[in-house]
Amino acid sequence: MSTQQAEPESQEAPEDPEMKGAESPAAEEQKGGGMVEEHAEKEAELEGETVHIKVFRYDPEVADKQEPRFDDFHVPFTKGMTVLDSVMYARDEYDSSLTFRHSCRQAVCGSDAFFVNGKQRLGCKTQISDLEQPVRIEPLPHQEVVKDLVVDMDHFYDQMHAVEPYFQDEDTPETDALEEQRQSPENREKIKMSSRCIWCGACMSSCNIAAGDNEYLGPAAINKAYKFAMDDREGEEIKEHRLRILEQEHGVWRCQTQFSCTEVCPKDIPLTEHIQELKREAVKKNLKFW
Amino acid sequence: MSQSYNRGLIEDFGRWKEFSAGMWAWIFHKFTGWMLIGYLFTHIAVLSTSIGAAGNEAAIMAESDVYTTTLQGLEGLFLIRLLEVGLLAVAVFHILNGLRLLMVDLGVGLEAQDKSFYASLVLTGAITVASVPTFLTGVSL
Repeated sequence: MSTQQAEPESQEAPEDPEMKGAESPAAEEQKGGGMVEEHAEKEAELEGETVHIKVFRYDPEVADKQEPRFDDFHVPFTKGMTVLDSVMYARDEYDSSLTFRHSCRQAVCGSDAFFVNGKQRLGCKTQISDLEQPVRIEPLPHQEVVKDLVVDMDHFYDQMHAVEPYFQDEDTPETDALEEQRQSPENREKIKMSSRCIWCGACMSSCNIAAGDNEYLGPAAINKAYKFAMDDREGEEIKEHRLRILEQEHGVWRCQTQFSCTEVCPKDIPLTEHIQELKREAVKKNLKFW
Repeated sequence: MSQSYNRGLIEDFGRWKEFSAGMWAWIFHKFTGWMLIGYLFTHIAVLSTSIGAAGNEAAIMAESDVYTTTLQGLEGLFLIRLLEVGLLAVAVFHILNGLRLLMVDLGVGLEAQDKSFYASLVLTGAITVASVPTFLTGVSL
């Protein structure tokens, strides 16, 4: 493996005609006409140019890469190119040992959250023309780096599972009496945003508190718990059980409303709002007038 | 979470330029909170030594009361007046951001939390500037 260290800086790749057709369906946000225009302007500027990316490299198993470093790549720009496209190009054309997770390329699978220019972003959802060059691409902070851009997600998944992220029912009826469990449109609307989580871990990585307190559930897990705690179809007892998990020392009360998670969430989930609502629920549950 | 590699200043204040409004609000709130606690204890220490002069009008008038003369001497210093302005700024920001946090806790206007932070900053600045004439009258440099 260690012999395959290419010198990416010196390579100037010819434009691959096949790459143009296989453009990734980047989930481009079109919030207003002005933004689109501005974006198109930036894109036109980059036409025919190369984009300069600096990618974090580290591999404890390869002698050459045990000392972490940044590799420079110059990737030919194509219209609509995302950060993920650029690292994929770098991997395919310059250095096949460049490692990162990706799958769906359309902000659904949540595997390609990177630390891009100092912010947690989804690689497939971030247009490279919107970023300042050189684009610095690093693995998510506050998680152990396994290799290059790949981080260890075990702890994140542990926290997610700790809140029992599945529907629970107190008294499931007999098999022959099973019925569809309908949710009211209003209730569905209430939990809509929380159900959009793709487990990418960007919020957890951005959270200052989660970085310092390993036991803190973190925004993603609390949001997941919100989705079920606010679901009317679950009984009162189950909701109380959920709140018992959340109201513990390392649960909702660790949140200091820094809004970092809400800021970085690629699915625009109002994480802080959900955490605050659960705090109020926890207080209400314990409030007694006697 | 120990990390054996160095990716630049990711874990600390070295990336302060990338902090967002909510993060700054948190930092300022903690900072002003500690300042006010520090002031509170100094305040208690100062006030508790003033009891000797209480009610003794004649001693104060004759300028033989050490406490009163010391304080009057201090208040004559430009630096102390400046610190008074600073104390006001710290207290005003802490109050305004505290109100903002109260709104956040109640779930009111969370999508405008950055704007309310900027508003509390601007208001703090305005009140501080407006207080300067009052605080700096009759002071010798």
